[in-house]
Amino acid sequence: MFDLDNWQEIFDTIRRHKLRTFLTALSVWWGIFMLVVLLGSGSGLRNSFEHNFRDDALNSIWVYRGQTSISYQGLPAGRYLQFSNDDYDMLRNEVEGIDKLTGRYYLTGEYVVNYQDKSLSFDVRTVHPDHLFLENTLMTEGRFINDKDIREIRKVCVLGDLIVEDLFEEGADPVGEYVQVKGVEYQVVGVFTDEGGENERRRIYLPITTAQRIDSGTERIHQLMFTVSDPTLEGSKKVEEQVRQHMASLHQFDPKDDQALYINNNLQEYQQFQTVFNMIDGFLWFVGIGSIIAGVIGVSNIMLIVVKERTREIGVRKALGATPRSIIGMILLESVFLTGMAGYIGLLSGFGVVYGINALMKANDVELEFFYNPEVSFGAVIIALIILVVCGALAGLIPALQAAKVQPIEAMKQ
Amino acid sequence: MIKLENIRKSYTTGFNTLEVLKGIDLEILEGEFVSIMGSSGSGKSTLLNILGILDAYDQGNYYLGDILVKNLSQTQAARLRNQHLGFVFQSFNLLAFKSAWENVALPLYYQKIPRAERRERALKYLDRVGLLDWADHLPTQLSGGQQQRVAIARSLITQPRMILADEPTGALDSVTSHEIIKLFKEVNEEGITVVLVTHEHDIAEMTNRTIFLKDGLIDLE
Repeated sequence: MFDLDNWQEIFDTIRRHKLRTFLTALSVWWGIFMLVVLLGSGSGLRNSFEHNFRDDALNSIWVYRGQTSISYQGLPAGRYLQFSNDDYDMLRNEVEGIDKLTGRYYLTGEYVVNYQDKSLSFDVRTVHPDHLFLENTLMTEGRFINDKDIREIRKVCVLGDLIVEDLFEEGADPVGEYVQVKGVEYQVVGVFTDEGGENERRRIYLPITTAQRIDSGTERIHQLMFTVSDPTLEGSKKVEEQVRQHMASLHQFDPKDDQALYINNNLQEYQQFQTVFNMIDGFLWFVGIGSIIAGVIGVSNIMLIVVKERTREIGVRKALGATPRSIIGMILLESVFLTGMAGYIGLLSGFGVVYGINALMKANDVELEFFYNPEVSFGAVIIALIILVVCGALAGLIPALQAAKVQPIEAMKQ
Repeated sequence: MIKLENIRKSYTTGFNTLEVLKGIDLEILEGEFVSIMGSSGSGKSTLLNILGILDAYDQGNYYLGDILVKNLSQTQAARLRNQHLGFVFQSFNLLAFKSAWENVALPLYYQKIPRAERRERALKYLDRVGLLDWADHLPTQLSGGQQQRVAIARSLITQPRMILADEPTGALDSVTSHEIIKLFKEVNEEGITVVLVTHEHDIAEMTNRTIFLKDGLIDLE
């Protein structure tokens, strides 16, 4: 197979039919090129969604208040639900499988923050300590809100790093300093950054109890968020169901009433996205392989013509002692070589385009909502290469068998 | 060395069956120089194809030495041709994109002999036919006579028992033809059996034995 003569013959055939070889190779090249570019785009789409999810814990469930739609035990439909600290305690103590748990109390409107002579307005979020784990909040200095802050209703705050940039001198240490939020003094205990974008980094976190105290001592909570210890979708659904049951008995609504509570299961949503992307991937493979097959049929056709043209030569070879097997090997090798080379170049150019786009986007800081970090996985490349070789062999198979059928008396014909 | 017993061969085209060989009995001894003559349609080409194991026959027995050549697979036939027979064709049948020595060496390629040794042996046989200086030329750069000499060198390289030539001078002028036949004679004098098909009487006269075929039967010797 690796005999020099075989290769010499392949190169000779290619040299004698440059245009034909080029056109044939082009179709295979295009097939593989398309497959790689399509897979790259698919991964760009998928990565952009994963990128959007990166801010939140994947195994988290968010619970919002709703309005009952079914009357229950004498209570009318249409009641608005309210959460309070009781709900938080209940989830903490009675529902199994909850790992990190936090509530959120909404302070409405923007809050003006004063430090020395500066006065700016930012978003305030009031939470429990576990909130740190629900959004991927990364502490850069100091600490996040802790249990003691909650218990003692301390006036402390955690600032986003962009706020620190805005309010403080460069190099100043904000931890320990006091800032005024809507007229109340809070001690800064920590600084954080967040991968979720600039908005997230312009937030102030306060202990939820402190915020409730300021809002005339209410016990209300607007939203509850928690992560599930069991990372499977099944486990997550189980916890979700438990939460619904407990909430239903606490707030007296029909557990089947899906309007009373809005439960947002990130894991489920994530897996739904994954399903969609797997389908898109499957479709892209389908289209890509389709175009490879078109290319391969082209190669097969050309090889068939080659065999026809070389009927006499094959006859002479057989008369001189070529076995059918050696003739089949010759044609197959040529076909695999042709598809392999064209496909390999297609693979490289596909890679060039995908990573070129990636590099260009990174270099120019382009952030598209639906396209992020396109890439082609190593596994996909291996599969593509296997497809190439198999297709090359398949493309050569029919022509090779045709060649094997050539009779040696062809050599005798004038 | 060669024994044909009642060889019959017919071709079927559509509903017509044409009997080409109607029972050939023939014996060719080792070292003979034989010519086969006959008008077209007499079956001389078919006979040569059968002798060359290029084609199968319907009935009878063909012994090549002590081997019964019958019902062979393509691969077995290829092996026998490669090891025991040499072929010379009317239209030379050299591979256009291979140099003279590569053409000569081609049968050795199918014996899986390494390239260096193939080249060495091919050059020896090119020298034998007087074309050593043309070893690296392509067939298109050679005259008809030279091409046929290359083909003869190719037929000799496996040191076959018998060389089969199908109208080897059919495409050559008379001077060159005589040179080629002289070359066959020299080969024959070294002990190799030569069988050639021709329709030229003066060529046939240069052989030691002439077989005339008529309507699929041996007419006279």
